[in-house]
Amino acid sequence: MMNCKQATHLMSEDLDRPLRWRERMALRFHLMMCGGCRNFRQQIAFLRAAMRMRSGGN
Amino acid sequence: MAVDVCRGIFRFTRIPAGYIAVMTRGHLSPEASVTLADRLQGFFGEHRADLVRFATLQLRDPAMAEDAVQETLIAVLQGHAEFANRSTVKTWVFSILKRKIIDALRVRQREVPISQLGGSDEEREGFDTLFDQRGHWATEHRPHRWADPDDSLEQQQFWRVFELCLDHLPERTSRVFMMREFLELDTDEICQELAITTSNCWVILHRARMSLRLCLEETWFTH
Ligand SMILES: [Zn+2]
Repeated sequence: MMNCKQATHLMSEDLDRPLRWRERMALRFHLMMCGGCRNFRQQIAFLRAAMRMRSGGN
Repeated sequence: MAVDVCRGIFRFTRIPAGYIAVMTRGHLSPEASVTLADRLQGFFGEHRADLVRFATLQLRDPAMAEDAVQETLIAVLQGHAEFANRSTVKTWVFSILKRKIIDALRVRQREVPISQLGGSDEEREGFDTLFDQRGHWATEHRPHRWADPDDSLEQQQFWRVFELCLDHLPERTSRVFMMREFLELDTDEICQELAITTSNCWVILHRARMSLRLCLEETWFTH
């Protein structure tokens, strides 16, 4: 079973490389049960959006 | 010649519209020259230090950074046609600086491996206390749902906080993060430039995101 610490690594890497199928499945399963990690994922997606907006990319 | 003109501009308290006319070779109407002069004046007045600081962080060489910023201004002054299609000066100038930095990174020899650049304090993961022994979020550190994040993006105060959070990243982490999220290089290119492994790169990016989200949660999205 994946823990939150591992999940944060995968969620971050998801922004930098395509996850493998097994990783995606394991992450999806973890996220179904973990509100903290669901919030984390939205937060780092927000960071990317903010960086794009910061450099004027919108 | 062009460079001298540009160097001169940095010393002016105002960018003379005449320079714009010269640099754009008369392709702009006098009114458009004045408008462009005003906008560039405002931008470089406000952001020149940011441009130099950013270029220095990426290139780690003040002279190269100065060159990149100078070349950016030259390109800015010559790129009036492109500018006509841009909504903001900032978008345009930073996109040019990005290209200049990427060019400079690609042209020069691979530098000192980033792993040799000190930064031992950031080697400590530092985020272990956020998790319990089994690696699950400790109750008091579980990430919250951020209220109205899109609304924050509209607020000037948010952007000040965001800059502070970015400034708090350790230098090496910041550099990798900016290469990824600002220059929008992919991790292979970053690894190559910095002579680090891909997985090292992912770890550094993870650390940057952990740090930034924690900073925002503690200072902006307080509950
Ligand atoms: Zn979790």
